[in-house]
Amino acid sequence: MTTSVTPAATSAGTAAETFLSVRDLMVHFPTSDGLVKSVDGLSFDLQRGQTLGIVGESGSGKSVSSMAIMGLHWGTGAKISGQIVLDGTDLLELTPDQMRRKRGQDVAMIFQDPLSAMHPYFTVGNQIMEAYQVHNDVSKGDAKKRAIEMLDRVGIPNPDRRFSDYPHQFSGGMRQRAMIAMGLINNPGLLIADEPTTALDVTVQAQILDLLQDLQREFNSAIIIITHDLGVVAEMADDVLVMYAGRAVEHGPCRELLTHPEMPYTWGLLSSVPDVTGDTDARLIPIPGSPPSLLNPPTGCAFHPRCLHRDKVPGDLCRTTMPDLVPGQRGAHHTKRCHLADSDSIYQTEVLPEIAPDLAEEPAGPLVGEAPEEQR
Amino acid sequence: MFAFLVRRVFAGVIMLIVMSLVVFGLFFASPVDVAAFACGKNCSPAIKEQTRKALGYDDPTLVQWKDFMVGIAKGREYPNDPELREAAPQLVASCDAPCFGYSQVNSRTVNEEISKAFPITVSLAVVALIIWLTVGIALGCIAALTKGSFLDRGLVGISLVFYAFPTFFIGLLLLKFVSIKWGLWDIPEYTSIADGGVGAWLYNLILPSVTLAVVFMAAYVRMTRAFVLEAMSEDYIRTAHSKGLSRGRVLRKHTLRAALTPLVTMAGLDFAGLLGGAIITEYVFNFNGLGKLAVDANQNYDLPTIIGLVVLAASFVILMNIIVDVLYAVIDPRVRLG
Repeated sequence: MTTSVTPAATSAGTAAETFLSVRDLMVHFPTSDGLVKSVDGLSFDLQRGQTLGIVGESGSGKSVSSMAIMGLHWGTGAKISGQIVLDGTDLLELTPDQMRRKRGQDVAMIFQDPLSAMHPYFTVGNQIMEAYQVHNDVSKGDAKKRAIEMLDRVGIPNPDRRFSDYPHQFSGGMRQRAMIAMGLINNPGLLIADEPTTALDVTVQAQILDLLQDLQREFNSAIIIITHDLGVVAEMADDVLVMYAGRAVEHGPCRELLTHPEMPYTWGLLSSVPDVTGDTDARLIPIPGSPPSLLNPPTGCAFHPRCLHRDKVPGDLCRTTMPDLVPGQRGAHHTKRCHLADSDSIYQTEVLPEIAPDLAEEPAGPLVGEAPEEQR
Repeated sequence: MFAFLVRRVFAGVIMLIVMSLVVFGLFFASPVDVAAFACGKNCSPAIKEQTRKALGYDDPTLVQWKDFMVGIAKGREYPNDPELREAAPQLVASCDAPCFGYSQVNSRTVNEEISKAFPITVSLAVVALIIWLTVGIALGCIAALTKGSFLDRGLVGISLVFYAFPTFFIGLLLLKFVSIKWGLWDIPEYTSIADGGVGAWLYNLILPSVTLAVVFMAAYVRMTRAFVLEAMSEDYIRTAHSKGLSRGRVLRKHTLRAALTPLVTMAGLDFAGLLGGAIITEYVFNFNGLGKLAVDANQNYDLPTIIGLVVLAASFVILMNIIVDVLYAVIDPRVRLG
């Protein structure tokens, strides 16, 4: 159980033991304007019981890649290639019907807005039951019992009464709990949570995240949590993958990546996180510009038009050459896609004093609000 | 729920009363002397005066309206004037509640006319409703599921063409070619179930119902397609797929449930409109339904019939509105009546 956190881009040799192994995943959408490369060569590994946080702006390919893992891209004309090996099976080689049987059973997903993600005309119980019945040949009564059990497990009071309520009769937090119950009812090995707390109050957010962590411990499932909220990542994730314009730009263990980020885009994300307990002198620095068009991505490093540090790279490298995702200065477990040679020292001397002056003196200190709890 | 019903029915009754007032006002404001019309060609002033009295046209408009409303509530007897009733008791025609009036032109109560025409109109409307709902929704779903394909474009295009055709054109086309030229179908002539059984009843209704249904069908194909496509892009459909349900099951249970709900409202109101009579179709096929009755009444200045039909048609629309609202609360749990 105490396998050390495997870094993403290690060789494919570990793929046999890893629970989920994504290799060189591409999701391209042909449109009348050209090919949109929503996900372009994404690779990562995930073990049972571990959580991967995928972070990035809107349109960076977070959701598209998770939908590819769920096999939900049919009918959109998406061209998908690469490998998604879940527990020894390449999901991309399954027939649509085989994939359908895995969906909800081995891979489940919970969505951002639990109100629109639940059918308004069916009771919450009916919708949860259905997820169980489709994969288990059980009577209605047994399915109902199981659904009520799950509602109880996710902390819905009076589950047998609430079973026959409609989604609009639930509060936002309860709806998300019900969604989690629906996702976990078949005890899937992998749960993908697509911005599970974005639509919720902050206090409810914390409850939902706690619940997810509890359930993860109980069921030993792997979780991919997709978010743009670094606070959520710090709370939940073991590994973090930062995505930009359809590619991974930085990948490493959560604490390592948040305390020693090496890619200017990650710096930008960190700079835009407000810190309640932090120094009031700390500034919120937004990333200039807007996410690039995936139809016409910038040449070289996709981030270079918005990068404040591109002058520190000799020559025209940033504009002409796409950097590889390679181990940075701090070892093989922490990879980055950046030409900067001494990024760690730039971060410590230039970025950190701006965004968190109180932390600048003690370089190893925790960064975002609270430190991640479970780091071994 | 109960309070809602009471309130809606009450509002509906008020609406009907106001409407009957307006209709009364409009017709009595017209320059036509109804009594003269009712009395016919060789009419002496004395007979005309008697007709006027018999029909109650000698009273002020408001009194006549009051008599009409009382007739609807309790029924009444014709001739209207008590002296005339006493003078010739053998001629008294009683008209039970709800009495819509007495048509001098046809020499019988409006109720009798309506009760003869109504089954024809209802039969036509029901069969047409079934045709346009089943075919329209089925084709609409097919178009939505094959969105962008040749089939989809064909269906949408054809439905647009049919939508543009006037009803009389389709009716005459069917009559002329299918019935007369090719002899595939006997010329329809309404046969009640009591007279010819369900088979003959349906056989004679098919052509006119298809005529009536085609325009609605075309509209429903396009609406169903739009609603299904809209529902398919909803988050909860993605959730249903992510549970591992088969595509067919997602479509049948989740998508259609959401897509067809708004169609219930429209179908209810369209049906209510048809209960007032499908004028063109009934005329083309010479079915003596409410629509044809209304046109004939208009041509003959048969005032009582016109008023009776307007009030009847309006009450259907009001009633159907209430039914649709209640139905909506049943199928959409978010709607609460109160």
